[in-house]
Amino acid sequence: MEQNVICRGLSKTYQQDAIIVQALSGIDLDVPKGDFVCLSGPSGSGKTTLLNLVGGLDAPTGGEITVAGQRVDLMSQAQLATMRLMHLGFVFQAYNLIPVLTARENVEFVMQLQGMDRKERRARARAILEDVGLEGLENRRPAQLSGGQQQRVAVARAMVSGPSLVLADEPTANLDSRNGEMLLELMRKMNEGRGVTFIIATHEQLVMDHARRLIRLHDGRIVSDELQR
Amino acid sequence: MSTLNVRLLYTLAWRNVWRNHRRTFVILVAIAFGIWSMVTLAAIMRGMIEQQVRNVINNLTGHIQVHAVGYRDDPVVDNSMPPPGPHMVEVLRGEHVRAWSTRVRVPAVVASERESAGVTLVGIDPEAEQGLSFIAEAVTEGRYLESSGDCGVLLGRKLVERLETSLGKRVVLMSQDVDNEIADRGFRVVGVFDANMEATETGYVFTGRSVAQEMLRLGENISELALVARDRQDLGAVLQLLVRVAPGLDIQPWTKLEPLLVLTVKMYEATMLIWFVVVFLAMSFGLVNTLLMAVFERTREIGLFQALGMRPGFLLSQVLLESLTVLMIGLVMGNVLAWATIASLADGLNLSAFAEGLEWAGISSVIYPLISASDVISANLLVLVLGIVASLYPAWRAARRVPVEAITRI
Repeated sequence: MEQNVICRGLSKTYQQDAIIVQALSGIDLDVPKGDFVCLSGPSGSGKTTLLNLVGGLDAPTGGEITVAGQRVDLMSQAQLATMRLMHLGFVFQAYNLIPVLTARENVEFVMQLQGMDRKERRARARAILEDVGLEGLENRRPAQLSGGQQQRVAVARAMVSGPSLVLADEPTANLDSRNGEMLLELMRKMNEGRGVTFIIATHEQLVMDHARRLIRLHDGRIVSDELQR
Repeated sequence: MSTLNVRLLYTLAWRNVWRNHRRTFVILVAIAFGIWSMVTLAAIMRGMIEQQVRNVINNLTGHIQVHAVGYRDDPVVDNSMPPPGPHMVEVLRGEHVRAWSTRVRVPAVVASERESAGVTLVGIDPEAEQGLSFIAEAVTEGRYLESSGDCGVLLGRKLVERLETSLGKRVVLMSQDVDNEIADRGFRVVGVFDANMEATETGYVFTGRSVAQEMLRLGENISELALVARDRQDLGAVLQLLVRVAPGLDIQPWTKLEPLLVLTVKMYEATMLIWFVVVFLAMSFGLVNTLLMAVFERTREIGLFQALGMRPGFLLSQVLLESLTVLMIGLVMGNVLAWATIASLADGLNLSAFAEGLEWAGISSVIYPLISASDVISANLLVLVLGIVASLYPAWRAARRVPVEAITRI
């Protein structure tokens, strides 16, 4: 099976003054294309760190990471930016929309950076905003949307440019259960319909229940890796 | 960078500028006030400089003067010269020269029945002097001289007061003739002139050139030839032609004849530059502070941009474009305000309260601001270029952040 993410002996240490924190230690991980993986564990277990390293948002202190066939740990900042732009989508806990852009413009943002022409951009943005149930709200700015609506815009933005991998960090943490459920359904739909790989870091049972594969971390190590269905 | 990305950059920059209205307004006011003060002050100073230069040029100096060698060191009858020959007249009637005239100009004493004063006696050709010096337009009482043979004299108003004389009365002028004998003659005051400066009114007495030549037994000789060129900034050609046709004479442009004035002009320009830099420095602190605040406030957002695939160079460009947008709006506001201020002073800025000091410096008490394209361009370019340079630090801070540090910052 074609692998989307491969980690070998991945480690990350942080130093704060004299204290050294081992956030990740010797992680070996293979995530096949189209998988729906959930990283779980208590706070400080290394879920977000692993997600950041895979997404090239942070640099490992040891080991290798390969995403979509490219060695992320060897890339420059500019190469990482291009890799994120062309292959990755991000959904963060705190919505993270661009406040000065409308919902449609937020969704179009990545496509615009990719240099896609306006007509195609518009069509794709309209279609995906409909898919996430935000038709009619396209011209609202983030401050005029509810938390659930904002997170749906974030998912739409992460998906619209056709990434091979979406990384989501606690995407439902700020949502009520109804909105959380809706968001997960949406992600499952994207995963099944478009074959996009999802890696979601969470400590919420609801998210774990939706995952096809559940990886548990503790003190920066993988303690279990199970297929759920 | 593609057109699409430039449009995206501009959209983000424009909307970010108006994100915090109050802060943007404060920095816009600072920039506008800065450029307003630069342009307005430059126009007032340029007006003062120009007026001072014109006053001096009008006040008998002209653009170029021709003398016998030694006259400028000792302006007496001994250092006179023959009238211009045919070759020189040809140059003087050429395309480069707007007006010219010959003069007799010697130190003299003027005396009324009550008082006497040291003056410069100037024998002029009244018709040729029109358009060359101030005197033709300055006569406010009585009449102007009618010809080179006019035996009347023109006195300045302050000199009339000092001599306790008046129009129609007689005065005696005394000087040395070519044989170093005292030459004196009675003249009737036919006109009184007003000048911008008291020193001019008390320093000169005008009569017909032929009358002065006769009194000083100069024959056809003259003391000086003055001319006004068509372009004050381009005297090189006419100077060259004159030197070629009169190699034995002392031919000097106004910049050499009035070194103090040239020094004053340079001093004004240096003062303007210092003012520009001081204003800019004050302004740049506000600009850098504002941009730094804007960058720090948006740290998470910058991390998000990076996470979404925005390259560091694009981020740098975005912050710089924000700065450029604020600078441009501020510059437009400042220039419009400056233009309105200068237009409202078209009838002159009355500084008569400081008239005495100004006159000492050779400046009239009413200043007419003068907008110079070079001053406006320099001020705007200085603010724009240095403003962008000042913005590089906040922009660089934004671009060099590691995405994870930015995005996890709360």
